Amino acid sequence: MSWFNRTDKGILTPTEAKREVPDGLWFKSPGGKIIHTRELKNNAYVVPEEDYHVRIGSQEYFEILFDDGAFTELDANMESADPLKFKDTKPYPKRIKETQEKTELKDAVRTAYGKMSGMDLVVACMDFSFIGGSMGSVVGEKIARAMDHSLKHNKPFLMISRSGGARMMEAGLSLMQMAKTSAKIALLDQAKIPYISLMTDPTTGGVTASYAMLGDFNIAEPGALIGFAGPRVIRETIGKDLPKGFQSAEFVLDHGFLDFIVDRRNLKSKLTTLLKMLAG
Amino acid sequence: MLLEFEKPIAELEAKLNDMKHLAGDNDKTVNNAIQALEKKILELKKETFENLTGWQRVQLSRHPDRPYTLDYIYALTTDFIELHGDRNVSDDKAMVGGFGTIEGQTFMLIGQQKGRNTKQRQIRNFGMANPEGYRKALRLMRMAEKFNKPIITFIDTPGAFPGLEAEERGQGEAIARNLKEMFTLTVPVICIIIGEGASGGALGIGIGDRVYMLENTWYSVISPESCSSILWRSWDYKEQAAEVLKLTAKDMLQLKMIDGIIKEPLGGAHTDAKWMSEELKRNILTATKELNKLSAEERIQQRIDKFCAMGVVKE
Repeated sequence: MSWFNRTDKGILTPTEAKREVPDGLWFKSPGGKIIHTRELKNNAYVVPEEDYHVRIGSQEYFEILFDDGAFTELDANMESADPLKFKDTKPYPKRIKETQEKTELKDAVRTAYGKMSGMDLVVACMDFSFIGGSMGSVVGEKIARAMDHSLKHNKPFLMISRSGGARMMEAGLSLMQMAKTSAKIALLDQAKIPYISLMTDPTTGGVTASYAMLGDFNIAEPGALIGFAGPRVIRETIGKDLPKGFQSAEFVLDHGFLDFIVDRRNLKSKLTTLLKMLAG
Repeated sequence: MLLEFEKPIAELEAKLNDMKHLAGDNDKTVNNAIQALEKKILELKKETFENLTGWQRVQLSRHPDRPYTLDYIYALTTDFIELHGDRNVSDDKAMVGGFGTIEGQTFMLIGQQKGRNTKQRQIRNFGMANPEGYRKALRLMRMAEKFNKPIITFIDTPGAFPGLEAEERGQGEAIARNLKEMFTLTVPVICIIIGEGASGGALGIGIGDRVYMLENTWYSVISPESCSSILWRSWDYKEQAAEVLKLTAKDMLQLKMIDGIIKEPLGGAHTDAKWMSEELKRNILTATKELNKLSAEERIQQRIDKFCAMGVVKE
């Protein structure tokens, strides 16, 4: 039944792959490979042989990066308010509450500090499962405060982005988070504190146009979609299909906006080497 | 061009014109009626323009007769030397800038430029800058800093250009860099939204010691049309989107995202461009005077503190 097999990768993503973390015992990759979830976890959530990087969240990144998975979370209870009384098809507070229940997260970013290979590190990591990883006041404020922690204690900062962009339900306030985070990065510059920005699939919109692109080191996971405008909007603007691989991490590297692409399995060791060089 | 909400006013104005034609020199009853009607028109105008909805202000901000950046620059300055190019790729005609003199003081004036007719609109790319535009703006801002001249930016854009080449040349990086660099500028920076303030494309030249909006402009994270298409999956909810986005000058001031509103003449900036330019000049000179009293360090600190205080969270 060869006509029954998917030959093209990434055209129809199975439901399992859309989830941030595979639940259940077995995981099926977009390439059709079936793998035990324990094996997947031990492989930094990268499908062996295919090198497909599963979309994971803050918890997984913290466990991958921090020694023994030990870290102290900052501002863990910060939540969205509803200053605009925003209502589209449902009221914003209802959308927040439903998403919180579904994801067991407070908002689209978590910030923490701990040790990576014995070195101090502050990490802010976005969760795409929370309204598309959208950036509103909470995301901006948590990142800003985590950067304050870096400034105060002179610790390197790692930002892991995975976001569709600014959160519409906070309108102008979301936009100003781009300004706020950029201001803090200017202060990190001044204090000569390393700021590493890791872009993962996808990183677009206002996140790309602010903290994601402002790293001393801009790095990305293989195959990640990285851009300012989303592919659909560009297609509509130019009225043409986009070239293959457009806005992939490899494309962005080719055009000079990334320092390197890193396989998630080597992330911790490569970051360790880099930070050691800077400290040495 | 007549907007929907201007029609009742226009009808009365047409009636007034007819009456003026009919009236003889000493026709007291007709003259009284004319006076009464003139008063009525003024009241209706005031009431209409004081109570515009978000969407109506969006319409005014895009009025085809509205003054654009270069109109203001030429009206404000006695001398203006336009400076071109980002020194890397090209000269983006959607972003203009140069040195100009206002009341004997030299300023760096920068802004997005829209076109007046079809050909011009094409040349100006509808006021949607490419990465080169943002890089040119930053080059000029750094030059202003070198010569210790205050900076004024005029914001009027439906967004940064979402094109293929724009992505290749790093639209996101260009805007991001401007945000960061503008926080470190040692000279005073005044930003004025004169028309449309759409998202990152607007903010890319929008980090200032003073950020003002003209009365009938909008500033938000997305246009009401795009917001409608994403959240309601239809283009038909733009009026509602304009309301919920709280994108008017009044809303933005109340939410502490801008520092002030600059009044427009009754009927909108396009009805009296000369008056509007005078009002702009007055505000620019006052703000510059205030900002010059601070040291560069104080200005930078206050600029950072102001933007860092934006946002509302629950703990």
